[in-house]
Amino acid sequence: MVAAAMRETETSRLWSVLETVPDPEIPAVSVVDLGIVREADAAGRRVVLTPTYTGCPATLVIETMVRAALDKAGYEDVTVETTLAPPWSTDWITEEGRRKLLAYGIAPPTPAGQRSVYCPQCGSGETEEISRFGSTPCKALWRCGDCAEPFDLFKCH
Amino acid sequence: MPSLPPIRPEDERRAREGRGAGTFDAPAAEGPDLSLFEYALRLGDDSLILGQRLGEWTGHAPSVEVDLSLANIALDLVGQATHFLNYAGKVEGRGRDGDALAFHRDVLDFRNCMLVEQPNGDFAQTMARQFLFSTWQRMLFQHLTGSADAFIASVAAKAVKEVSYHQELSAEWVIRLGDGTEESRRRMQNGLEWMWRFIPELFEMDDLASEAASRGVGPDLTLLRADYDRTVAAVLTEATLEAPKDQRPILGGRRGHHSEHLGHLLCTMQFLPRTYPDATW
Repeated sequence: MVAAAMRETETSRLWSVLETVPDPEIPAVSVVDLGIVREADAAGRRVVLTPTYTGCPATLVIETMVRAALDKAGYEDVTVETTLAPPWSTDWITEEGRRKLLAYGIAPPTPAGQRSVYCPQCGSGETEEISRFGSTPCKALWRCGDCAEPFDLFKCH
Repeated sequence: MPSLPPIRPEDERRAREGRGAGTFDAPAAEGPDLSLFEYALRLGDDSLILGQRLGEWTGHAPSVEVDLSLANIALDLVGQATHFLNYAGKVEGRGRDGDALAFHRDVLDFRNCMLVEQPNGDFAQTMARQFLFSTWQRMLFQHLTGSADAFIASVAAKAVKEVSYHQELSAEWVIRLGDGTEESRRRMQNGLEWMWRFIPELFEMDDLASEAASRGVGPDLTLLRADYDRTVAAVLTEATLEAPKDQRPILGGRRGHHSEHLGHLLCTMQFLPRTYPDATW
């Protein structure tokens, strides 16, 4: 019982280390918020990551940053693995992550069934797409019809 | 002066025989699965070469939004290529990784279809190529999500969502330019005329493709053709464009016989790692 409880504490400590690793492109959210960390297992000494987009140049940077954070926290023997299946989806972004994206000025991916994209500045639903491809693979460029501000939309994927 | 890797006897033999390293009578148990190696090369080379072509637009596109779009599509394609070519290298088991396969092979060893190596031309020609390719690649990847090869299936499942974006964006441009001004329409029609003869190769079932199909690794491409033709025809109708007349099909890219354009592309793409081997930055 005690051993099991210790393992659990150890695993939550591992998660809290990972929560300090920001996404290199959107530093307001952590790799945990984005659902990039698939598994963190202190007993099995491994962390499993999944790339967001096939060609995302941040993938390698994220691996390096996770490695560095683990080493710094004394987890040198924890391995960092990458898996492609099942494919990452924006559904894995946590509620916390969605809230942080919005606060940072990026409209979070629209949930299934929601048709409108709401402006992260003024909340208006009178918005339009400017460019389906934005500054990073995960974002599209939109504009608000009410406050006239352009903004990024995290693409539903 | 930097030297190129020597031409290996097996390359010469393969070039003479006009076929790739994949032999269907080579039992997998006795060595690397060379058919799977070749199949992964085909997938990876399609993505790599088109990604390189689209990269040529960076900084030159008609508007900043288009510039972003083309660079993003290129990035997706290079990402696919990285997965497929690294995998091919692993299957081959000779210690070559994706970079070695991308930068240290010559024209005869590339297995991409000839459509993707065609020059960018003007923006309409680029969009014609993209539309004809992405429509095909989306269908292919949808099938590959059920591939008997778990790795290929996992890459396809990941990439198919991205390819849907490529297909939609290029279809929108075909329509916008086709149903646009007299000049944009003329350019779009010319772009289609250039690319049209490379369509049959996308559906070619040679020995390797047939073996992949019989093993459940890849689809029977001929079964995708009707759906492809319908999708293309619907977009051309909306674009008020005419489907070009069927021309003499040009085949051979899958076995290393390429148009002159590929060599020029490789000169640019491979220059740095060949001139400064092991360069890092």
